[in-house]
Amino acid sequence: MNKTLLILKQEYLKRVKKKSFIVLTLLVPFLMVGMFALIIFLTINNDKKERTIGVYDESGLFLGEFKSETYTKYYFIDKQKYEQLKGGLKDAEYYALLYIPADIYTNNTAQLVSEKQVPMELNEQIERKLSRFIENDKRQKIIAETQIPDLEEKLAATKTNVSLKTLKISDSGEAKSSSSTVAFIASYAMGFIIYFFVFMYGAAVMRSVMEEKKSRIIEVIISSVKPVELMAGKIIGTAMVGLTQVAIWVVLGTAVMIGVQSFFSPETAQQMGQSIMENQGQMNPAMTQATQPNEVMQVMEMISNLNIPLILFSFVFYFLAGYLLYSSLMGAIGAAVDNDEDSQQMIFPVTFPLILSIMVLFSIARNPEGSVAFWFSIIPFTSPVVMLARVPYGVPAWELLLSMFLLVLTVVGAIAAAAKIYRVGLLMYGKKVNLKEMIKWLRYKN
Amino acid sequence: MEFFSAKNVNKVFADTQALTNVSISVKQQSIFGLLGPNGAGKTTLIRIINQITAPDSGEVFLEGKPMTRADISRIGYLPEERGLYKKMKISEQAIYLAQLKGMSRHDAAVNLKKWFEKFEIMSWWNKNIEELSKGMQQKVQFITTVVHKPKLLIFDEPFSGFDPINANLLKQEILQLKEEGATIIFSTHNMGSVEELCDHIALINKSHKIVDGETNEIRERFKQNIFEVKYRGDFEKVSTTLGAHFRVLSHTEQKNENLITVQHLGSQSNNELIKVLIPVAEILSFEEKIPGMNDVFIQAVEEANRKAAADKQVSEPKMDL
Repeated sequence: MNKTLLILKQEYLKRVKKKSFIVLTLLVPFLMVGMFALIIFLTINNDKKERTIGVYDESGLFLGEFKSETYTKYYFIDKQKYEQLKGGLKDAEYYALLYIPADIYTNNTAQLVSEKQVPMELNEQIERKLSRFIENDKRQKIIAETQIPDLEEKLAATKTNVSLKTLKISDSGEAKSSSSTVAFIASYAMGFIIYFFVFMYGAAVMRSVMEEKKSRIIEVIISSVKPVELMAGKIIGTAMVGLTQVAIWVVLGTAVMIGVQSFFSPETAQQMGQSIMENQGQMNPAMTQATQPNEVMQVMEMISNLNIPLILFSFVFYFLAGYLLYSSLMGAIGAAVDNDEDSQQMIFPVTFPLILSIMVLFSIARNPEGSVAFWFSIIPFTSPVVMLARVPYGVPAWELLLSMFLLVLTVVGAIAAAAKIYRVGLLMYGKKVNLKEMIKWLRYKN
Repeated sequence: MEFFSAKNVNKVFADTQALTNVSISVKQQSIFGLLGPNGAGKTTLIRIINQITAPDSGEVFLEGKPMTRADISRIGYLPEERGLYKKMKISEQAIYLAQLKGMSRHDAAVNLKKWFEKFEIMSWWNKNIEELSKGMQQKVQFITTVVHKPKLLIFDEPFSGFDPINANLLKQEILQLKEEGATIIFSTHNMGSVEELCDHIALINKSHKIVDGETNEIRERFKQNIFEVKYRGDFEKVSTTLGAHFRVLSHTEQKNENLITVQHLGSQSNNELIKVLIPVAEILSFEEKIPGMNDVFIQAVEEANRKAAADKQVSEPKMDL
C-alpha cells in the first residue's frame, strides 16, 4: 500500500510538473473567459460606428420624431437635398437616406437608400420607429373617435405573452416545473465531461505504462512492487491529476469571471443591457426589469427541481466507475503492446463503445425514454456517458440501480482481467499481440 | 553458510518448459555464476528469485526461510534489458527507485550522493538521462541497483555496454560489495569474468541444471589430461616413445626446442608422462592444461545436447522394424 502511495505521488508530480499540463491548465480558463469576454465585447461594440442618416419626410408626419441616438444621428432634409444626395452618397456626410413617402399610412413602406449594405439592426431600428409611431398614432385616433374612457389602458391590458411552463409529475403525484432545455444542457455537458476525461486520462495511463515498458525500466520497477500496486498507483495518480485540473479550472474560472465582471461593470452591464434592449426593441424598460428577475427565478427553480443531489451522486459515481473501467483496460493495452502502432490498433475496440455512446448522446437527449437510451444506459461500457445523460430527465430507480450494479461488476472484472494482462504483458517483448493472445493470458497462472 | 537457495523449481510457459527441477545453493558472501546458453532459463530463474514470476512448483529460500514479499527490499537487481525514465532528472529517479526498495527519501539522497561522488559523476545529479551516453547510463543504473545496500545482488550481464576501463571499475566494485558482506548472483556470457569473479557456478541448459559446483573444482572435473611440454630433443623419437597411451595434439619446433601438447589417454598420474619423456628428451617446462570456463561451457552443453538427442531416439522407437 505504501508503495502504491509512492507510485501515486510520483505519477501525480510527474504529470503536474509537466509544462504542457501547466500551460493547458492555466490557459483553458483564460481561453474560455476570453471567449466569453470577446462575445461581450463584440456585443457591446457591435455597432459603435457613428452613422448619420438624412430623413426626407414627404408625409410631414414625423417631424420631431427620430431623435438621434448614441451612434445613429438623424437629420431632416428637404426634397431638393434628397434628390441631390440620391445621385451619390460617396462623399456626403450622410451614411444613408430615409425616404418616408406621403402614403406611408396606406402602403406601410418607406425607403432607405445607402451606398453600403445597411446592417440588419439599423434596418430593424428604423422599421421599429416607423411602426411604433404609426401604431401609436392610429391608436390615438381611435381613442379620440370612439371616446371610450381608459381605452388606452384597456388596450395595453390586452397585450399577452404566453410562456409554456412544462410540469413533470413525479411518482408521488407532485407536479414540478421542469425545463427540457435545462435538462438537455445538463445531460449533454455531463456526458461530454465524462467522455473527455475518460478519454484523455485513460490514454494518459496507457502512455505511462508504455513508456515504462519501452524504456525497459519496468523490470526494475516490478522487482520492487507488485504489478497490481503499480497499476493502482498509476490509475489513481492520473485521476488525481485530472481532478486537480478540474479544480483549478473551477477556481480560476470563477476568479477570472469575477475579475472580468468587476472590471467592466457597472457601465458595461448597462451598456450591454442597452444594446440588447435596443436590439430587442424593448420600449418599456420597466417591463423588462419586471420580467427579468422572474425569468431568472424560473430558471433557478427549474435547476433546483433537477434533483441536484441525485445528479451529483450519479456524476461522481459514473465518472469514477467509467474512468476506472476504461483506464484499467487502456493500462492493460499499454502493457501488452510495445510500440505505438500496435497500441493504435488495440485501442480501437476499447474506445469504440465510448465513441458510440457520445454519438448516440444527441438522440438520447431528445428521447430519453427510447429503447436506444434504455439499452445504452444499462450496458456497462456505454452507461457511464449515456445513463448520466438520462439522469437529469429522471430515470426509474430500478434502471439506475441495475445500470450501476452491472457497471460495478464490470469494473471489478475489468480490473481483475487488466491486472492479469498487465502482469503477463509487461515483460513480453517483440511479440505481436492481438485480442486472442490477450485472452489467453487471462488463463495464465502467476 | 547458505544464504540463498532454490529447491526443485519448475516453471512452464504456455508451451515451453523454462525450468525443470532446478535447485541451486548460494553461500553467504560469495559470487555465484549462473551460466547457460541463450534461452536456457536463467532469466526465468532470476525473475523467480525477484518474485516477478512465481514458480509452478518448488520454493526459494533466503537465509533458510521461504522468501516472502518483504524480502525483495533486500535484493538488488540489475536486469539484462535495462533502462531508466528518459524524461526525469537522474537524481529524482534514483531516489524514487531507492524509495520503491523501501528507503526513506533522506537516506536515499545521502547514499546516492556517496555513490555519485565515488563514481565522480556528481555533475550529472541534475541532468536528464537522455543527456548521457549509454555507458554513463549504465553507471547510474548500477548505482540504483546497489544504493539500498541489498544483501543479495543479482546482476544479469552487468558488463554489457561498458568499456574495458569501466568494466574493470565495475568488477572492482562487485568484489568490494562482496567484501562488505553481499551475496551475489551473477549471470553472464563473458567466461573470462566468470573465472575471475565467481566462486561457484551453475550451468543451465534447456531448462535443466547440468553442472554445478565450485569454479576451480569444475575446471578440474572437465580437464582432459592435456599437457604442454617444452623439451630439447628429437620430435620423431619422442613421438614414437609416447606410443599408444598418448596422443600428440600439436607440435611446433623452434631452433632446437620443441613445444607439444599431449593428451594422456589413460588415467595414470601426471608423472607417467614425465617418466616416458625423461629418457628421450630434456624437459624444459611441463604444465597441465586446465580448461577455461569457455571450454567447460561448450563441452558441458554439447554433451548434454548429445545425451538429450540420444534419449529422444530411445524414447521414440522407430516404426520400421
